[in-house]
Amino acid sequence: MNAENDSINHDEDQTQFLSFTLGDEDYGVNILRVQEIRGWEEVREIPKTPDYIKGVLNLRNTVVPIIDLRIRFGFEKVEYIPTTVIIVLSVEKDDGSHVMGVVVDAVSDVLNIDPDNIKDAPNFGAKVNTKFMNGMVMVDERMVILLNVDKLLEQDELAAIENMSS
Amino acid sequence: MSVDLEQFHQVFFEESFEGLDIMETGLMELDLGAANSEDINTIFRAAHSIKGGSGTFGFQGIADFTHVMETLLDEMRDGRRQVTREAVDSLLKSVDILRMMMNCEQDKSDPDTDTIKRQLTELEAILGTSSGGGEVAAETTSSSSTSSGAGWNIVFEPDANMMLTGNDPLRIIRELAELGEIEVNTHQEKLPVFSALEPENCYLSWDIILHGDIAESVIKDVFLWVEDECKLTLTPIVNESAQPVAEEAKSEATQPVKAAATTKAPAGDNKKAANAGSSSIRVSIDKIDDLINMVGELVITQSMLSLLGEDFTMENLEKLQDGLGQLERHTREMQESVMMIRMLPISFSFSRFPRLVRDLSTQMGKKIDLVMSGENTEIDKTLIEKIGDPLVHLVRNSLDHGIEMPADRIAAGKNETGTINLNAYHKGGNIVIEITDDGKGIDPDAVLNKAIEKGLVPPGANLSNQQINELIFQAGFSTAKEITDVSGRGVGMDVVRKNIASLGGAVEIQSEFGKGSTFTIRLPLTLAILDGQTVIVGDEIYIIPLVSIVESIQINSDMINKVAGKGETFKLRDEYIPIVRLSSVFGIENAKAKELEDGLLVVVEADRKPCGLFIDDLLGQQQVVIKSLEQNYHRVDGVSGATILGDGSVALILDIPGLLRMSVKH
Repeated sequence: MNAENDSINHDEDQTQFLSFTLGDEDYGVNILRVQEIRGWEEVREIPKTPDYIKGVLNLRNTVVPIIDLRIRFGFEKVEYIPTTVIIVLSVEKDDGSHVMGVVVDAVSDVLNIDPDNIKDAPNFGAKVNTKFMNGMVMVDERMVILLNVDKLLEQDELAAIENMSS
Repeated sequence: MSVDLEQFHQVFFEESFEGLDIMETGLMELDLGAANSEDINTIFRAAHSIKGGSGTFGFQGIADFTHVMETLLDEMRDGRRQVTREAVDSLLKSVDILRMMMNCEQDKSDPDTDTIKRQLTELEAILGTSSGGGEVAAETTSSSSTSSGAGWNIVFEPDANMMLTGNDPLRIIRELAELGEIEVNTHQEKLPVFSALEPENCYLSWDIILHGDIAESVIKDVFLWVEDECKLTLTPIVNESAQPVAEEAKSEATQPVKAAATTKAPAGDNKKAANAGSSSIRVSIDKIDDLINMVGELVITQSMLSLLGEDFTMENLEKLQDGLGQLERHTREMQESVMMIRMLPISFSFSRFPRLVRDLSTQMGKKIDLVMSGENTEIDKTLIEKIGDPLVHLVRNSLDHGIEMPADRIAAGKNETGTINLNAYHKGGNIVIEITDDGKGIDPDAVLNKAIEKGLVPPGANLSNQQINELIFQAGFSTAKEITDVSGRGVGMDVVRKNIASLGGAVEIQSEFGKGSTFTIRLPLTLAILDGQTVIVGDEIYIIPLVSIVESIQINSDMINKVAGKGETFKLRDEYIPIVRLSSVFGIENAKAKELEDGLLVVVEADRKPCGLFIDDLLGQQQVVIKSLEQNYHRVDGVSGATILGDGSVALILDIPGLLRMSVKH
């Protein structure tokens, strides 16, 4: 009886993550932040922005910025192919929620992850600045890095723009 | 009452705030000593409407307070009382208090009864009828009002034509019967012989004795709708202990509310309380009619087009094009009329300033004239709401820092009375609001020293006067030696500039030390839609706001002038105009036109300076709906927003002044 209860509770505690790949690495974002997944399409470039800002896209009459996560995380650029997708995320910031799209190589799976199994991110190994990471988790012998989506569009690139214009 | 009055409260508040505005404006314009009775009448009518409404909706405090004001106004109107500065001041203060009371009722909080009581006492002192007034004061504060233990003697004599206004004495008496046990005695003396009887007139009058412990206000509520159309006397039934209240209550109740009762405050003049923060808007019926006509035409065009579409053959092509042309025209017209609904004259924003200037100048001992012009300039409602605070700030600044004390002004050889000009007008696609004062202007040395002291500017910096003036828009800058409650906290001008910039506008300052300053605010007409010219550079499509375009030209090589170190210029009608290549400012690599002869120059104007913007080609003109980039991203230099084109792709709207500033840095 007890064991069964435990397992139910266990289930409820689990969080779902959407996992995707960038190069050889696996990443995950909280599935509640994912609004939709769509194929890559041409975007409108914004002048004078860092190169990882691909541009803006019309998403049902709102203008949404699109970020290339490969470039953001320092991977080499690749040509976009049919499996290249845009994950549309909602981002919480001080001034409210925003919508943002990220370009990734491919979407792989939905993972059920027990928060207890999430480990703090080490400061090495992955090419990702730990500021973007909420932690990491092992799934089937593969390491998945969980991203903090709220930080992806933040400060340092604002600073970068200011540096460029001054 | 069975009707839920709550649903009308919002309308009542809106109308009352409007009434208060009318009263305020009216009071400000009164000529002391020689007031026009029509002007006073306007104020009186507004007060009367507020009194009537608040009584109906059960805001007894407001009704009683207004009643005292009304009495004073009534005496002024009849010429029984001089219009003194003291009285006008007191009435103005009362308007403020009424507004406060109404705000309290609106958010159901408790009003500051002390202030109300004090103001009532002041009004009564002016009235000199402290006895009657004192009664009202007691009512306001306790709002329970007089009640009589035993009951009331009510003498009710309707005017002959009372029934014409839809009031039925029988209903009133029935309502009284619900309050307690009544004895009714009917007087039939006035009843004429049958042949002379006018069936629509009321010839009867009644003496009613109402038993029970009933508040006077409750009884008056019953008679509320007819109080102007009858003679009504309320006398409490006196028990052994005589109550002097009786006489007062009587005078109170029989107070003839003169005329004006049926003439409501001028309505339908397209006004709305600017500061009510309510979310409704009054629209003149003409605008709505236009809109409905246009919708009608749109429907006709649509049905014509769908008929064409059912079995379309090439012979009908011309018809189809005609229809589409019509559709476009109607859509455009409709859009314009919808936009017109949102437009209100800027006087809604300006109207608060006469009062503000008057109060502040008295407080500071300065003499200031406020001159306003262009109050009828129309501007988007949202902008009116948002521009209010920055404007107040700028006007306060001019009052506090700009205009000198009378003695200083005379010493400086100026007229003792300072002038502040508020001016609004349309220019290009913008609304321009100017705030000009003839005060002491900005002392460049003081500002520069202060800026150096605050570390905003490195010591020894060599700045032009204009650059120095711009410093006052920096955060944390204030030169006032002492902090007054008017200005000087140093959180002003930078916020003003930021707020105006967030509306898509700009604020500039021109100042001459010793002569005065001018603040110029530029705002877009509307925040939603813009006429744009679509242009292409490389693969990128941009929109240039049509209002900033002067002309578009193709140039040949002999017009071009390369100035060493200063870039390219070209000669247009004897004027040398700098050329800005959009591709190089924005870093677009695959621009098709490399040589100036291959592309087009769009001559744009920003801050009155022309400039040739070099692009690959023009695509077309269209109206675009402005979408914010900031909503999901943040501001981008040189871009004021984005829009969605017919094919669903996004195009960026160029911010011409910003773009030109970028090109200078470039």
